[in-house]
Amino acid sequence: MTTSRLRPPEDRLVPVRPGWPDSTGHFGRFGGRFVPEALIAALDELTEAYVAMRVDPAFLTEFDRLQRDYTGRPSPVTEAARFAEHAGGARILLKREDLNHTGSHKINNVLGQALLTQRIGKKRVIAETGAGQHGVATATAAALMGLSCTVYMGEEDTRRQALNVARMRLLGAEVIPVTTGSRTLKDAINEAFRDWVTNVETTNYVFGTVAGPHPFPAMVRDFQRVIGDEARAQVLEREGRLPEAVLACVGGGSNAIGIFTAFVPDDGVRLVGLEAGGDGVDTGRHAATITGGTPGVLHGARSYLLQDENGQTIESHSISAGLDYPGVGPEHSYLHDIGRAEYRAVTDAEAMEAFALLCRTEGIIPAIESAHALAGALTLGRELGPDALLLVNLSGRGDKDVETASRWFGLGDREDVDPGPGLDTDQQATEGAVTSGDAVAATGAGDEL
Amino acid sequence: MSRLAEALDKARAEDRAALIPYVPVGYPSVPGSVAAMVAAVEAGADVVEVGFPYSDPGMDGPVIQQAVDVAVRAGVGMRDVLAAVEAVDSAGAVPVVMSYWNPIERYGVERFARDLSAAGGAGAITPDLIPDEAAEWLAASDEAGLDRVFLVAPSSTDARLRSTTAACRGFVYAASTMGVTGTRTTVSDAAERLVARTRAVAPDLAVCVGLGVSNGDQAAEVAAFADGVIVGSAFVRALLDAPDDRAAAAAAGRLAAELADGVRRGTGALA
Repeated sequence: MTTSRLRPPEDRLVPVRPGWPDSTGHFGRFGGRFVPEALIAALDELTEAYVAMRVDPAFLTEFDRLQRDYTGRPSPVTEAARFAEHAGGARILLKREDLNHTGSHKINNVLGQALLTQRIGKKRVIAETGAGQHGVATATAAALMGLSCTVYMGEEDTRRQALNVARMRLLGAEVIPVTTGSRTLKDAINEAFRDWVTNVETTNYVFGTVAGPHPFPAMVRDFQRVIGDEARAQVLEREGRLPEAVLACVGGGSNAIGIFTAFVPDDGVRLVGLEAGGDGVDTGRHAATITGGTPGVLHGARSYLLQDENGQTIESHSISAGLDYPGVGPEHSYLHDIGRAEYRAVTDAEAMEAFALLCRTEGIIPAIESAHALAGALTLGRELGPDALLLVNLSGRGDKDVETASRWFGLGDREDVDPGPGLDTDQQATEGAVTSGDAVAATGAGDEL
Repeated sequence: MSRLAEALDKARAEDRAALIPYVPVGYPSVPGSVAAMVAAVEAGADVVEVGFPYSDPGMDGPVIQQAVDVAVRAGVGMRDVLAAVEAVDSAGAVPVVMSYWNPIERYGVERFARDLSAAGGAGAITPDLIPDEAAEWLAASDEAGLDRVFLVAPSSTDARLRSTTAACRGFVYAASTMGVTGTRTTVSDAAERLVARTRAVAPDLAVCVGLGVSNGDQAAEVAAFADGVIVGSAFVRALLDAPDDRAAAAAAGRLAAELADGVRRGTGALA
């Protein structure tokens, strides 16, 4: 496949729209920098380095080489014809980020930020992680580039995700369990910022998603936009036309921004973000930040967030730890406000139905995060009717989710349960409800934030 | 005139630095925190930082996190914070709200300014709001005649020291070290350098130092070069160690007395 060559390396990181964000990191009323003054110098340094690097031929050549030789880019596009039989006749193309080294799109961003860390002369990186995918990707890049690496992870997650903790430690990273607040991803981010403000002279913060203070939302987007650049060229090459819609799951929103960006100027292409609806947005137990939240400030930027009447962050809920985040990247809030993208909520049960369906019809075990996008495609396909062409970002693979899925479907202890497409949805939901406490608690997902 | 500047002038007239304790509203309880603030005022605090407890206190170390976590879970809100402001005002010190930005934005910036002013508050310290993002707060605090305190740090460039101090009214908060709140065994040299750099660009603005001061000797050391000494984690530590509200208030009073003595010993640099 040669399509990734359509954009020469020197253009890879050039913004699709100038002034988006503006020079101080604002997407309309969203974004910006809401951080202690002590971090401003480091954010300025990072911004300056990034702005210089993204037009530096040596940096871009090295980034391109790593993406090709190490990650395995370009990732292919696969038509999911048997899966699409359940989508009202629409055709569904999958962008296969699950086939990247380390198993998700996270590596795209991490390689860029790790290279940048080397260029600014810092020897240590820190990262936050929910269930481990961004932590594993960061530990991987740190090993590759000889950087010392510390990953902050909520204590609950380190216990539940012992496998990913072991992966990070095998790769040479130090994993620090975070015992404050709700002991989840949002607290891991707080703790990583505390480390950064203390050790900023030696340390770079490799942020995992398109949230946080400027320049992270723009920089992470630019490192992830390769997904959409490739996919747009691949779809044009094989179909001779653009898709009706591009779909991706949204936690913090990096894989979604990654695939949306190339299509933003294509007014006829609908951009659809699927948020984690948990038990249902009306139950209050969800992580659908744009669908069910309000604008505010969290983790350094203004964006939609889940908050109570006192401005306290509300804990989110999702079967997918990678989407289980009460905030969202500011560019998504902006795309929502200007009507360029639409955001919908997918419940745990709907996501798991799509998860099972893809396994049984295509022989692909998706990440539960990505299964939210698949569920959104089934619904949108039925709305659009026959001949609609949908592009879905399959942002990660589901090996990490096998235990969660086994519990959800009652596999392992009940051989007679068939999680295939023939299974009645209500029955699945009931199965889930029986063990839902454990299933949610045992979330084996990665950070698709 | 700025009420904070007035309080700092008064301390300076007595040839000493001002003592500024921080207490989060709602720890150990709402009445317990108010009693601790009042006890600190009675023992010599000039200004009290009335803390709005927030779920994601990114600039705070473990001690303050532990206390505000309790307060957040108890549902402490703006009404409690404003009641504490009134109590500090009645006790004879100048109350200034210390809050991360989101609770203020959620409450409504203009509404906050109006209600804070009505409650007798002097203004607000906003640790995660830089002047660059503060247009709405600058306007609202001007309108309500409130002070506004932004932070400077050892990593701040001279250009940022200038722009940040230009946006401040009352005093500027000099974060003495690169790091989060918490007691430290020694006060960093960086604090004195930062105060000197800040004074050089803003000679008419009071500079108060926070982060790391926990006892009378450290207060005296900082008082030798700063206009005010801010003490947070040490107060919260005293509250955490107390078995009940009454003991917490007594402990806050004892610590304030020790620190008040310290800021009176640290003379020499203010002339």
